[in-house]
Amino acid sequence: MGIGLKQFAPGHRTCAGCGSAIVFRHVLEALGDDVIICQATGCMEVTTTPYPETSFKVPWIHVVFENAASVASGVKRSLKAQGNNHTRVVAMGGDGGMIDIGFGAVSGALERGEDIIIMVYDTEAYSNTGLQRSGGTPFGASTTTSPAGKKIPGKQEWKKNIAMIAVMHGAKYVATANPAFWADLQAKIKKAYKLEGGPRLIHIYSPCPVGWHVEPSKTIKVAKLAVETGLWMLYEVEEGKLKINYKPKEFKPVEDYFKLQGRFKHLLGRKDIMEKIESHVREWWETMEKVEKEGINLLKMI
Amino acid sequence: MSKTKQRKDLPGGIITDIGSTARNKTGSWRTFKPVVNLEKCTGCGICEKFCPEGCITIQKVEGYDKPKCTINYDYCKGCLICMEECPFKVISSVVEEK
Ligand SMILES: Cc1ncc(C[n+]2csc(CCOP(=O)(O)OP(=O)(O)O)c2C)c(N)n1
Ligand code: SF4
Ligand code: SF4
Ligand code: SF4
Ligand SMILES: [Mg+2]
Repeated sequence: MGIGLKQFAPGHRTCAGCGSAIVFRHVLEALGDDVIICQATGCMEVTTTPYPETSFKVPWIHVVFENAASVASGVKRSLKAQGNNHTRVVAMGGDGGMIDIGFGAVSGALERGEDIIIMVYDTEAYSNTGLQRSGGTPFGASTTTSPAGKKIPGKQEWKKNIAMIAVMHGAKYVATANPAFWADLQAKIKKAYKLEGGPRLIHIYSPCPVGWHVEPSKTIKVAKLAVETGLWMLYEVEEGKLKINYKPKEFKPVEDYFKLQGRFKHLLGRKDIMEKIESHVREWWETMEKVEKEGINLLKMI
Repeated sequence: MSKTKQRKDLPGGIITDIGSTARNKTGSWRTFKPVVNLEKCTGCGICEKFCPEGCITIQKVEGYDKPKCTINYDYCKGCLICMEECPFKVISSVVEEK
């Protein structure tokens, strides 16, 4: 049987080549059967559960856009009150649902130390409603609400770092993942599943070929380049200790990543902007590598 | 395929027929069809890891000793990620005939 099919049926309405669908197959397989998923509105809800059908074969609740982490907190507490300490509860949502609109609920669950797994599949925009800019949209990307024009070349703010925000709440385990590195992704989900007694957050890069104007066949190419250019860092923070899981020997030029994606095409040839992004990436890596090397306990910052 | 049925005695909004999107055969969406050269397929399984639909299985195919890549065309949407990612370049595409 193919990956994840025991938990997640085909026939869903994701666009051909959807990266979020690849992410879900691996996530659901790694979570296994003893799980309850509370999922916010977004592409991976709309495409998987056209009533009266569902792709899910594990218990799954559709909540609204804002409250996945609150519902998951309640479900987990109810299970515990009934003496069930084994079933894991996952709050799942996109970048719009978890980094922006449901962020208050995510922050609250992290702060209360809820015993849940929080999963963010990040398409770097509100994909389901036509690619509006979100806190997860990277610098320079053109979206329907940050369109590249003559004066302003796409989004002018940096990506909101939900993983580090979770660390600063004192989360038990925080990790970033990417479907091109599927074994690392599955291992992190399994680790989050095994750990107990506090919130675990996984932030997953989820390429959206339709919204990003990428050839559907290039979904995984793009995902891999995100890591090889240094733009997407694979790391985990366990009890405050940072570990970078993959270090490219040399960063590929950001242009290699941009030229496969329509959302960045206005930046091709803009050496100034590309240099600004590359130097931002370099400084980020230098800082993170320093934290890792010196074994700084990030929990001591709070 | 799911073995459960949609129950009629529950309030609206509850789906008991798990995995029921499987009745929606997304293979009809396809413009390009991936075709595997079974002679050359090594069975490495890389294509299987990246198929968004989960319609690739590495399994025994008649006439071959080693397991091979097989595609379930009922669900394959023709994205061609498998063709792009196959390290041995043994998948090609043809225009779907309907
Ligand atoms: C409160 C509220 N506002 C707006 C919407 C409309 N809406 C549905 S899905 C969606 C986008 C979801 O974006 P994201 O969470 O990033 O998931 P994606 O679709 O990208 O997978 C929006 C704005 C809604 N359902 N509820
Ligand atoms: S819009 Fe993007 S995230 Fe949504 S189903 Fe299509 S490819 Fe996937
Ligand atoms: S990636 Fe290529 S060689 Fe490997 S199993 Fe798939 S088709 Fe065969
Ligand atoms: S073309 Fe896409 S959907 Fe079809 S088998 Fe290949 S990866 Fe799967
Ligand atoms: Mg999104």
